[in-house]
Amino acid sequence: MVRIRIDGQEVSVPAGTRLLDAIRQTGGDVPTVCYHPHLTANALCRLCLVEVEGWSRLAPACVTQAQEGMVVHTASPRVERVRRTLLTMLADAVDLHEAADLQPWLQRYGIAETREEHAGARRFPLIDDNPMYVRDYNKCVLCWKCVQICATDAQYTFAITLAGRGFDTRIATFYEVPLPGSPCVFCGQCVSVCPTGALKSRREYLLEQGYTPEDFVHFAAWDAAAVHPTATAFRPGERRK
Amino acid sequence: MDWQEILAPFADQGRAGLLPALHAVQQQAGWIPPEAATAIARTLHVPPAEVYSLVTFYHMFYDRPTARRIVRVCTGPVCQAHGGQQLLEDALRLRNLEEGQPDEAGEWMVEAAPCLGLCSHAPAAMVGEGLYGPVPDASALFQPEALPQPVTHVAGPVRRLTQGLPRQRPLSLGEYQAQGGYAALEQALRHLSPETVRNQVKAAGLWGRGGAAFPTGLKWDYAAQAPGQPKYVVANADESEPGTFKDRVLLEGNPHLMLEGLILAGYAIGAREGYIYLRGEYTHLYPILQHALAEAREAGYLGQGILGTDFSFEVHLYRGAGAYVCGEETALFESIEGKRGYPRLKPPYPTTHGLFGKPTVINNVETLANVPFILREGPDAFRAYGTEDSPGTKLFSISGDVARPGIYEAPFGLTLRDLLEMAGGVQGTLQTVLMGGAAGVFLPPDDLDWPLTLDQGRRRGAPVATGTIMVFNQDRDLKALLLSIARFFMEESCGKCFPCQLGTRQQYDLLQRMFQGRAEARDRTRLADVIFAMHEGSICGLGQTAGLAVQSAMQLWPHLFR
Repeated sequence: MVRIRIDGQEVSVPAGTRLLDAIRQTGGDVPTVCYHPHLTANALCRLCLVEVEGWSRLAPACVTQAQEGMVVHTASPRVERVRRTLLTMLADAVDLHEAADLQPWLQRYGIAETREEHAGARRFPLIDDNPMYVRDYNKCVLCWKCVQICATDAQYTFAITLAGRGFDTRIATFYEVPLPGSPCVFCGQCVSVCPTGALKSRREYLLEQGYTPEDFVHFAAWDAAAVHPTATAFRPGERRK
Repeated sequence: MDWQEILAPFADQGRAGLLPALHAVQQQAGWIPPEAATAIARTLHVPPAEVYSLVTFYHMFYDRPTARRIVRVCTGPVCQAHGGQQLLEDALRLRNLEEGQPDEAGEWMVEAAPCLGLCSHAPAAMVGEGLYGPVPDASALFQPEALPQPVTHVAGPVRRLTQGLPRQRPLSLGEYQAQGGYAALEQALRHLSPETVRNQVKAAGLWGRGGAAFPTGLKWDYAAQAPGQPKYVVANADESEPGTFKDRVLLEGNPHLMLEGLILAGYAIGAREGYIYLRGEYTHLYPILQHALAEAREAGYLGQGILGTDFSFEVHLYRGAGAYVCGEETALFESIEGKRGYPRLKPPYPTTHGLFGKPTVINNVETLANVPFILREGPDAFRAYGTEDSPGTKLFSISGDVARPGIYEAPFGLTLRDLLEMAGGVQGTLQTVLMGGAAGVFLPPDDLDWPLTLDQGRRRGAPVATGTIMVFNQDRDLKALLLSIARFFMEESCGKCFPCQLGTRQQYDLLQRMFQGRAEARDRTRLADVIFAMHEGSICGLGQTAGLAVQSAMQLWPHLFR
């Protein structure tokens, strides 16, 4: 066991404990969107950065291990300025309405959802190219979890990958082929780890759009008639009730 | 096209064969057709989606057809100030082209390029595989054969690394030997233990010339003492910091100097393999380095049992493909390993977990080029020039509004004013010096009289390690300059961590709004927050420094940011 101090509160945790877990053990919290306990941690969202006394750089709580005597601040002015700025930039670029992990933090910092009016928003058409899932990358924060779980963190399917770079990074299939033309086996793992609602069961999506289960019978016939992998014939918006 | 035949040479390389294989296809076909990507995936046993992922990461690979010849017009800070942007627009208009779209015949395509490292010949361009400058007008871009071969001016009071430069063609092995080349290697292999070699480099006080200024001997010690085999040494020839062209000039004129340093580094840490990672845009250097490696192999400086000793060493030559971020050491490893150039989290550091996860020393070209001198003449001779904390000489890339832009080899401790005078003085009235590249800071005309050393630079937050000095006179448009720097970082951010991925875009958007007079009251605070978040929050040096130049501009010229 090692003893550390988090925001003035002393806690004992097993050596090697992630600061993130130690923080949550004290009843505190920091935001995170790329972290998942069962996936490789890349510490790329930087929302969980905390200040460790004596360290020159801020430390990502998701990968930093507790060491004896550490003094951690989860809400110092330096940490809060970075965190608030990151959340603001994220809200400008991405539709965060269904990002359940981030919503409380946006409210806490009073960050308005400014994406609609912001020129620097990432915008994509909804992808509805298969009977199982819809992909709405307007909601994608690029946490990488879907790509990781599709690849070596679980499935070894390699249907989806990261394409482009910088602000224009996107999740893509091989040369953007529709999902049914990719190696995708529709296992659903990617949907299960998506933290923002960018990946969604198509049924769930259609219910949200106001369709009823009876409609799905017709849709099944439509899907069968449409020749995947180009299934562009079906556009849900046209039959909205 | 028979992809199997083109790909056969890479079949046994696995994933590390990805970049070389993509280069081969790109060169053959002008782009990476899906069938070729599938063939690469099958040959190298890599998922097809990940091949596509790479194609879209590196700017010199294309997922759509291009043209027989690609014109890349430099939009780096100096070229931009000398009409680079205009040249790009003129070229597009002249041929009636959209940027990045080939003409109907598939003959020409024109696009913007980040700084091409030809700042002494602004405005510069890359046409096909060659670098040209100064380009007189847009029509000249389409007759590159008629353009003069640029030779960069090389001068300075001490000529240790640049002896005999510039040259029209590189020093051959024989010519290099006649200058005392490979004597240090021979002496080290025959008479010095690896530990002694490391101690000599430590005693000389050499530190890295690539940007971070880390003590070279110490780095070598860490890697030598790290558990794990094999170990690797890597020459970072991915010179892409805007305004920096010293490594290009060194490799064009005297490739063996760096190579001897690399072999010595390998000996010093117990490595049997070395890598050279050459910037993609420096395509013209590829055959020069290939030839130098062949000469060294022929003469027995590479291979099994070098010079009759039991030391064996081989060097692999890799080419980048258009990604500034790959100059970051861990991103460079990822790139060699056939992945997107994403920087890794540190720690662990390269000296314990580097290339292929093994203990690795990675040094800049100029750093390695200093090593033969240290071993041949001794640490004291090395310290004869420079200062206590910054011993030796430094290659300064001086460009912009000076009479004789070029590479200046000078001891540490001279002032910026000394260097500007050496370069023939400022042309016009000095407005500012951008020091350290796009990741550097602006200095006002009255801040030129401090000695250029590591310590003095750190105190002022001015990076001296790369020796990058860009000079701008009163006629240059600061707003256009700042926008071009912001655009550079936006286009070169890898996109891995949120602060840099989002921040570089916001920095550009905010500057544009301000400079177009559309700023909101809170935008100034907002810009400062974005720069702060990038600096404090980014994983690697690219993001951490992406706002430094703008930040220094906000201090110097607050009226621009209203």
